[in-house]
Formats: sequence, structure tokens, C-alpha cells
Amino acid sequence: MYIIQQLINVLQLGSVYALIALGYTMVYGIIRLINFAHGDLFMVGAFISFIVATYLKLPFIPTLLISMTAVAMLGVSIERLAYRPLRQAPRMSAVITALGVGLFLENLILVFYPYPQSVPILLPTIVWNLGGISISFLQVLIIGLSLFLMLILDLIVRHTMVGMAMRAISLNKTIVPLMGVSVDKIISITFALGTGLAAVAGVMYSQAFPVIDPYIGILIGWQAFICAVVGGIGNIRGAMLGGFILAAVQIMVVAFLPSTYRDFVTFTLLLVILSFRPYGILGKPSMEKV
Amino acid sequence: MRKTLVISLVAMLTIMSMVLVGCKSSAGLTIPIGVNAELTGDIPAVGASCKNAALMAVKEINDAGGLDIGGKKYTINLLIEDDGGKADQSVSVTQKLISQDNVVAVIGPNASRYALPAAAIAESSKVLMISPWSTNAQLTIDPKTRQPMKYVFRACFTDSFQGQVVAKFAMNTLGAKKAAVLYDVASDYNKGIADVFKATFESLGGQVVGFETYTTGDKDFSGQLTKIKQSNPDVIFLPNYYNEVPLQIQQAHRLGITVPFLGSDSWGSQELIKLGGKEVEGDYFSTHYAPDIATPVAKKFVAAYTTAYGSVPDDIAALTYDSFGLLFEALKTAGKVDRQAVRDAMAGIAHYEGVTGNLQFKEGSGDPIKSAVILQIKNGKFVYFATANP
Amino acid sequence: MKITKVKTEEKSNARGVAWYLRDRWEAIANNRLMLPILLMVGFVLSFGIPQFNLVNPYVQIIIMYIGINIILTTSLNIVNGYMGEFSIGHAGFMAVGAYVSSLLILYVFPRSLVFLFFPLGVIAGGVVAALVSLIVAIPSFKTRGDYLAIITLAFLFIVKSVLENISAIGGPRGIVGIDKLTTMPWVFFFTVLSLWVIRNFIHSNYGRGVLSIREDEVASRLMSVNTRQVKFLAFAVSSFFAGVAGALFAHLLQFISPRVFDVLKSTDILIMVYLGGIGSIAGSILGATIYTVLLEVLRPLGMFRMVLMPLLLVFLMLYRPRGIMGLRELRWFVPIQDLKFVKRWRRKKVVNDANSAS
Repeated sequence: MYIIQQLINVLQLGSVYALIALGYTMVYGIIRLINFAHGDLFMVGAFISFIVATYLKLPFIPTLLISMTAVAMLGVSIERLAYRPLRQAPRMSAVITALGVGLFLENLILVFYPYPQSVPILLPTIVWNLGGISISFLQVLIIGLSLFLMLILDLIVRHTMVGMAMRAISLNKTIVPLMGVSVDKIISITFALGTGLAAVAGVMYSQAFPVIDPYIGILIGWQAFICAVVGGIGNIRGAMLGGFILAAVQIMVVAFLPSTYRDFVTFTLLLVILSFRPYGILGKPSMEKV
Repeated sequence: MRKTLVISLVAMLTIMSMVLVGCKSSAGLTIPIGVNAELTGDIPAVGASCKNAALMAVKEINDAGGLDIGGKKYTINLLIEDDGGKADQSVSVTQKLISQDNVVAVIGPNASRYALPAAAIAESSKVLMISPWSTNAQLTIDPKTRQPMKYVFRACFTDSFQGQVVAKFAMNTLGAKKAAVLYDVASDYNKGIADVFKATFESLGGQVVGFETYTTGDKDFSGQLTKIKQSNPDVIFLPNYYNEVPLQIQQAHRLGITVPFLGSDSWGSQELIKLGGKEVEGDYFSTHYAPDIATPVAKKFVAAYTTAYGSVPDDIAALTYDSFGLLFEALKTAGKVDRQAVRDAMAGIAHYEGVTGNLQFKEGSGDPIKSAVILQIKNGKFVYFATANP
Repeated sequence: MKITKVKTEEKSNARGVAWYLRDRWEAIANNRLMLPILLMVGFVLSFGIPQFNLVNPYVQIIIMYIGINIILTTSLNIVNGYMGEFSIGHAGFMAVGAYVSSLLILYVFPRSLVFLFFPLGVIAGGVVAALVSLIVAIPSFKTRGDYLAIITLAFLFIVKSVLENISAIGGPRGIVGIDKLTTMPWVFFFTVLSLWVIRNFIHSNYGRGVLSIREDEVASRLMSVNTRQVKFLAFAVSSFFAGVAGALFAHLLQFISPRVFDVLKSTDILIMVYLGGIGSIAGSILGATIYTVLLEVLRPLGMFRMVLMPLLLVFLMLYRPRGIMGLRELRWFVPIQDLKFVKRWRRKKVVNDANSAS
């Protein structure tokens, strides 16, 4: 009973991590950039849903769609303005730029909303009680929506032309334009998809934990990054796997050990996993051309 | 061209900084008093209340012509700094107020986790510090000598008293035999009061069946709450800040937990009701004063604050106002604007009638002896429930 | 011939001020006596300023923070700049140094002789930090780039978590009431020491090895560079000085807690490194100074300070991706042999070009 309840908690938290990790992994797979602003885009998604729900008083689905579109547009503009000019520069400069963009977004929202805000609940709060285990409608929706989106993403990457172009770029960026594919366009689409997913994660997160502040992006951003790497960065299935693994470790530690050991055990386990599979669980070692 | 632009910009800024930092303004007879408040960071509502009350207290005195010290009238120059919700920034801000702004005393910080480090600076720099709201017992005790500090005072009761109040309330009034606690292990205040509660509750014959922790910044408590639900307590104690409690209670309700929740004075902000809504209805917490059963002194303060800021003052505002009252009293008694004299005068105050009740200071201790009140959240408002005397 | 001469003269007159300053700068940069002179001046000032209160105490604290940041930036530059790795765990080494030195001075060393034992405590902090860095160095043999970033990040979280769980050393509340032992002469001494050691390390054989690992690890291994040893040394030197900086920091702030040494602090140091210039000691000094001073100067802006800073950083990265100094180095720091070699190489190139042209 107790274990099953904790497992449901794992599924919920893991879905949120997985959605964000997917964005990281997609962008990395294509342009080898760790977009550290991703966690803050997640936070912006949460805030946009808060603003729309509070001032425009729209129901759930329009809020979700508006938030996704807005954050996707923001993500594409960031890519155009801050990352594209640095494609030829050393990788670290792009990473620092990403850090800067992230800090900028955080503090910008902080100027407008220095206090934590309460997000209006847009979903019916139904809780089902099955023999001692409580499952809420919200939890089911989070898990269901995340799995659905991951499936769609997988379909896009494996069975469409755009997806094929994405995979091609991640294998060899220089040849692709010679084949008549616009690299810029594909990268913009990738960013739009990745950040759109982060926005969905943000909206679901703000419904599950309705008190939001500008700092929620940082910690989740780093944790999702770790999920993406543990699963094998650049690998979409790896990101999903990584998300659930991290959530499982975190919640199981709390469930069975004194809760103060949580971070310690989580990260030590991570190090152990990485020392046995240094490229992540589903990752492939990239060949270094000598 | 761009390079020269960048270099000249940087040079200009550096020169500007040296100049700005060097100048100090001095006009007329003024006393600089510093306020170290949590204006940004995780608990900005606390800092805002503190700032409002400070501005109000100083404005009252300055409008009346200034503070009468040793026959001369001084205007108060209030310097408000933000500790940004970070312990190291709290320390640097205190250092700045003491070394650069030469304040005669520092009021604040409020939260124990920012006040404790700042207190060490005040003590070693020999400058008077009054924390309006920090209830952690360690605040006024020197960690190296285990003796009470000479320069650090507070306007509120301590957690050694408050933890007992809540434990007794749980056992005697609510009739609880088993209690569970969920607290922030990374914060002095939460951890301190949780420990006192556990000790008292167990000494009264009760059983603490769950003693779970989380770290500041966590939002997901489902793991810990599921574990607590498993242990079947009669009441759950959440000595945490107003931005975390609504999430904790909400997640508990979603897991099917129906027992009442108890809180401590960190619940006292209106933000708690704004963020918690219906979830926090019916829960109790201990705090410093109740606006609806105010004494005449308190009623005057509540009216003035409501007129000035449009909202009922919370306990932080009331305590900050009292801190300033204590400081003005000490300055008047000292007769001169001198850090050591002010401190000695402050230590000599035996009894003070404040907005938050009667403060009695014992010789050699910076902790006042005061009563606490228990409030209940009814219809979205804080309503007085009971008083607890020391 | 006459006409061309007049033309060049006109040109230099037209650009007057810029050329004049450049010539003066060339003269100063080539004069190798400048460095010892600056050191003497700095030494005298570091005693004079606190003694006679030439600037107010708050500015003195800022100057000391600049010194500590210089040590941190230069030490991170070894790993991130010269070696081309991506380490986000620097704050963790700083934490180790801060805690070890504070505990030693508070509990182990005799209280009365505290002033004498302070440098010992600081160095002890650095040594323990260097030992701990071996834990991070070992995984770095197999992994590179982003995976190393994760390992250093995990290391940072583990250090934070371990410190939070040991209540004997204060746990999450940290250590309060540390003596204020960091004075300007000490900061000056340790800053100069760290710059000297790191500069010598970079321009030694090991330093060449570090640079070669950045350019092409496999090729350098083929050229018989012992990459393991070099990596060990680089991490050890880098974290030693991070520990030293942490110890100085602890005794300046008089308070440390695990929360102070988090990812944000590591990010701060990272920004300073990239601001000043990767692979340049002068760049690290520049970056640390500019960042610290700018943050203080912009304080009156309140919340807009942290909105402006990242924006400036992004603009800087867009226009100078390698930082202000890039990979260039101030001539005072480069050993004479290297300068002479470059001169000879340039002369040969000119001769070769003239030969191939004719």
C-alpha cells in the first residue's frame, strides 16, 4: 500500500522531470549546447499560465496552449538572438550566454513578482481512494499528458521528415545543408518543441504546487539536466528514463531512510551510475576523430 | 572602436564607484539607525511589514520634531538595507551598516536563519542589535562562551517558550496523544522549535510518531507526508514559513490526511491566507499578538498602520514598532548618541509597555518575558483563540 | 619616398592621442621592472590602508573580496580555461577549505596563538581541498566535457549534503562567530602567492601539458604527455587555491553555512572567468575585479542590478566570446624565453614571407 502510494508520487515527479529533461536533450542533440536557460523557461511557462488564469480567467486547455505558444516563441527568439551568433564560437561562450539569459529571465520576473504567487486551480480536485491509496485527478492528468507528449515527440523524431532532419543534424551538421535542408529552420523547430514541452511541465507543475516564485526554475533545471545526462544526453528515450530514475531515487530515499540523507544518496548513486556507464544509461560514446 | 567604448565605460563606472562610496552626507543633528530586512528573497512579505512599521515609527518621531536626547532634538536618519534572503548577504549588509553608515544600532533581521549570523557581527563590533521577530534561543547566546550576548536583544519571546506553548495546546486543548512534525532541517528557526515541541510533547506523555524533514526550497513533500500519514498522528505540527505551509497542507489533503494542523508564529503573515485559501481554514498557530483583542496602545497602532498602508498590521510590523519604541527609550535614557551608552541603557530597561504586550527584561538577558496568543484561521481571517502565559 | 614619409606623419598626427597612449603602454608593458615595482607599491598599501584608514572600512572589505575573487578566478581558469574542461564544482572546494580552516582555528589550534596559526590554517584548508579534488579528478580520466560537468555538479551537491548532515560542525546552520583574521596584508600575500604559483605552473612543462590536453587529448597522449598526471596536478593546484580562498572568505565573513557554497556561487566564479578571458591570468584579475566592483557599484539600482548584469554578460559574450582578454596574456606574466621565442619566430616569418614573395 505504502509503496504503491510512493510509486504514484514517483510517477508524478518523474513526469515533470522527464518533460524538462526532454527539452535539454533535444537541444543538446542538435547543437551540442546545454541550454541552462531551460529551467527558467519552465518557470516562465508557469508564470504565464498564472497570469492568463488570474487576469484572463481562461479554463485549463486555452491556458495550456497559450503558455506553450508563448514560451515556444520566447525560446525561438532566444535562440535567434543569443545562440545563433555564437555557433562558431567556443562552446563555453554559448554556455555562459545561456547562464546569462537564465539569470536575466529570473530577475526580470522577480522585478514584477517579488512575492510568491498563488496559482488558481483550473482542474477539478477529485481524489479517488482505492483501498487506502489516494490518487488525484491531477496526478493522473500529469502522468497521462506527459506520456502522451513523449509518445508524440518520439513519433515526430522517428517518422517525420523534420525528425529525420533533426537526427541528421545531430549526426553531422556540416553535410546536412548540402542536402538541401535548412539547418536554421530545423534548429528553430527543435527549440520550439523543446521549450514548448518545458512550458507544459511548468503549467502542470504550477497546478500541482500552486505557490510559484521566480526561483523554482533553478533547482529543477539542474536536476532535469542531471536526468538528461544520466539517461544519455542527446537520446530522447534516455531523457525520459533519467527523469523517472531521479524521481524514484529521491522519493524512495525519503520513504525508507531519514529524509535528510536524500540529496547525499541521490547524488552518490548518480556518480556510481556514471562511473559504470560514463555516457549515460542509453548513451552512445561519441567517437573522437583524431 | 567598440573596445575603447567598453574600456572607457568600465573606467567611468569604477571612478564613479570610488567617488560615490567616498562621500558621506551629514546635515544637522541626525542619528543614523539601520534596518536589515528581508525585502527580496524567499520571504519578502516579512521584510515589507518590517520596513512599513520602521518607516511609520520613524515618521512619527520626526514629525513630532525629532527625538529629545540630552536636551537636543535629533532627527532619525533611517537606512534600510535588503539582506536578499541570504545569510551571507545579511552579514555583509550588517557590516556595511556598522562600518560605512556608522549606525548607532541595527534593527533586524527578522528570520532566525538570517539574524543569527548578523548577531555575531553586531556582538563582535560592539553595536546594539534588536531583532523584532527572531525567536530562536541561540540568537542571544554567544556560541563560543555559551554566555548571553551583551549587544543582541529581541522584542519577541523565544522558541523555548513557544515550542512548549504549542505542545501544551496540542495535548491539553486538542487532546492529541500522537503528533507528527514536518520541518525544514536547513533553517535554525524551524529546526529549533521542532526540537522543543518534541521534547515538551514527549515529557507530557505524548508520542511523536513522525519527525520528517525537508530542505529550504523544496516544493514536493509527498514522500514525507505519505510517511507521516502511515504513522497515523492526531495532529501535525508545521513550524514553517508562510510560503511553504500552504503547499504542505494542500498536498496533505490530497493524500487524504484530515487531522488538524498546528503552526508557529511564522504563519502570521496575511500571505498565508492568500496563498492557502480554503486549505488552511480551521488550523491553529501561536503568535505574538492578536489584532482583534488589542489593548488601547495596540489599537492606536493598528489604526495608524491601517490608515497609512491599507492593511491590518501583522505581528512582524507590531514587533518592529516595539523594537523602535525600545530603541527610542534607550536613546532618551542614554542622553547621548553613543553606541556603548545606548546599549547600556537598553540593558537597563526592566519593563516596557508595547503594542505586543508587556515586555519584561531580566538582568543580563536580551530575551523579554512575554505571553503568547493562539490564533485560529476562520473565514479567511486570523481570529483570537486563547492566551498562553509564561 | 618623401611623399610617403609625409603621409605617415599626417596619419600619426590624425590619430594623435590613441597612438601616443599606445606607445606609452608599449613602453610600460615591455618594461619588466614594472611588476616588482607594482608589488612593492601593493605591499606598502596593504599595510598602509588599514593602518591609516585611507579608505573607509567598507571599501577595505570590498578590496579584500576582490583579492579572494582573484584567487578563485585564477584557480578555476586552470581547469576551465587552460585545460578546457567544464567544472562547476569550484564552490565545493571552497567550502572544504572554509570549513577545515575554520574548524582547525576554532577548536584545534591554541586560542592565544591564533594570529600565528592563521596562515597554517589557511594552507591546511587548501591541502585538504586538494586531496578532496582527487575524488573529482579520477572520474575525469574517463569522461570529458559535459559529463565532467555533471560529475563536478554532483560533487558540489554531495559536499553540501554531507556538510548539512554533520550536526557536529553546525549542520545546515553553519559555523557562527569565526574570528576576523583575514586582513589586507594576508589577502595581498595569498593573492600574490597564488598568482605566482599558477603563473609558474602554466608556463612550466606541466602547463604545456595542460594546454595540449585542451587542444587535442589523444594527440598529446601520443606525444608522450602523461595526461593522468597532468590532470591530477591541474585539479590539485586549482582546488588548493580554491580552498585557500575559501579559508580567507570564511575569516572575512565570520560566518559560513552550506547554503553559501551552492551552484549560484560556482556560477558567479564561472562568470568571472569567462568575463575576464579564458586562458589568461591578467584576464582573471580583470574579470574578478570588474565583476566585484560592478556588483557593488550597481547596488543602488536595487532589483534592476541583477537584471542588468546578466544582460551585460550576454552582450559581452556575443561580441567577445572569449572574454575581455581572450587568450592573450599580459607581457609581465610571460617568461622572457617565451617572449624572445615569439620575437624570433615572427622575424623568421617575415623573412620567409619576403623570400616567398620575391
